[in-house]
Amino acid sequence: MPAGTLYRGREGMWSWVAHRVTGVLIFFFLFVHVLDTALVRVSPEAYDDVVATYKTPIVNVMEYGLVAAILFHALNGLRVIAVDFWSKGPRYQKQMLWTVVGVWVVLMAGAFYPVLQHTLRTLFGS
Amino acid sequence: MSAETTPAAAAVSDVSLYDVDNPAPLIEAPRKRTKKTPKATRTNFELYGWLFMRLSGILLVVLVLGHLLIQLVLDGGVSKIGFAFVAGRWASPFWQAWDLLMLWLAMLHGANGLRTVINDYAERDTTRFWLKMLLYTATVFTVLLGTLVIFTFDPNIR
Ligand code: HEM
Ligand code: HEM
Repeated sequence: MPAGTLYRGREGMWSWVAHRVTGVLIFFFLFVHVLDTALVRVSPEAYDDVVATYKTPIVNVMEYGLVAAILFHALNGLRVIAVDFWSKGPRYQKQMLWTVVGVWVVLMAGAFYPVLQHTLRTLFGS
Repeated sequence: MSAETTPAAAAVSDVSLYDVDNPAPLIEAPRKRTKKTPKATRTNFELYGWLFMRLSGILLVVLVLGHLLIQLVLDGGVSKIGFAFVAGRWASPFWQAWDLLMLWLAMLHGANGLRTVINDYAERDTTRFWLKMLLYTATVFTVLLGTLVIFTFDPNIR
């Protein structure tokens, strides 16, 4: 384990770990995503073929996972900004983290059907 | 336990080991500028990087969450996506500008974030150097390719 990778534990450290892991994940997705979008310059068929994989059940579930990662990174990123710029931010960092988790749970529940509707329809009929 | 055994024990008791004639040792502040600090690194690059992460983050909340809403939630979710759908969207300069700004901000934000991660974990100088070269190459390539695709998109390619 490289020096300085484990800090004091609890909410502060684990939210930082999750922020870092989600950030790296989104970056790798974006790299692949720009490559697949570039296929619109090759041919409509090439693009549609690759987009078809986005519609398979397994990848569709991964898209839900991507939404989970981005929603956490976005909400927690706003919390980090509040900790840095709002004078009372550091004092309320823990409460803000649980607010982030709460909003995240609500949004993930709301996104469940819309994001997975393609899979739900093809697997269980409309 | 007597105050003489450890300094830590002395600190918690009310008898201090130190006084005017015998002052406590001075602990140097972390990252203090010393004579050994190289002149060449004295720019505000890290400060601007830090600020950029926060400003771009705020813009990306709107850009990326809006993008996901359009691509994955509205209008049948992922089912509708295809060449024709992209052609319809990039017929509008508004969505072209949206995607262009999102491309640049997300790539620079993500690349700067990854630079921090590499600096944190790659301890050998050469490993760190080459990982960052790989990162910068991939970033420049992706940003240029994405920009080119938006500007040269042709709905009548076939
Ligand atoms: C699985 C979820 C996603 C789907 C289905 C999706 C779909 C698409 C589609 C169809 C386009 C073509 C242009 C348009 O319609 O606007 C596009 C472009 C783009 N998307 Fe996404 N997207 C997703 C997630 C993301 C995320 C998370 C990001 C940012 C981190 C992102 C960034 C971009 C960028 C920068 C472009 C422009 C690409 C270029 O310049 O060639 N997308 N996306
Ligand atoms: C959706 C809106 C976003 C917000 C509000 C946001 C916010 C932030 C903030 C404030 C930081 C700095 C954290 C710190 O200094 O401790 C950060 C770091 C980072 N972000 Fe984002 N970000 C967003 C989107 C993205 C996207 C789309 C990517 C990937 C392309 C990304 C990748 C990263 C990475 C890799 C880091 C470095 C993590 C670390 O050093 O631990 N972020 N983000």
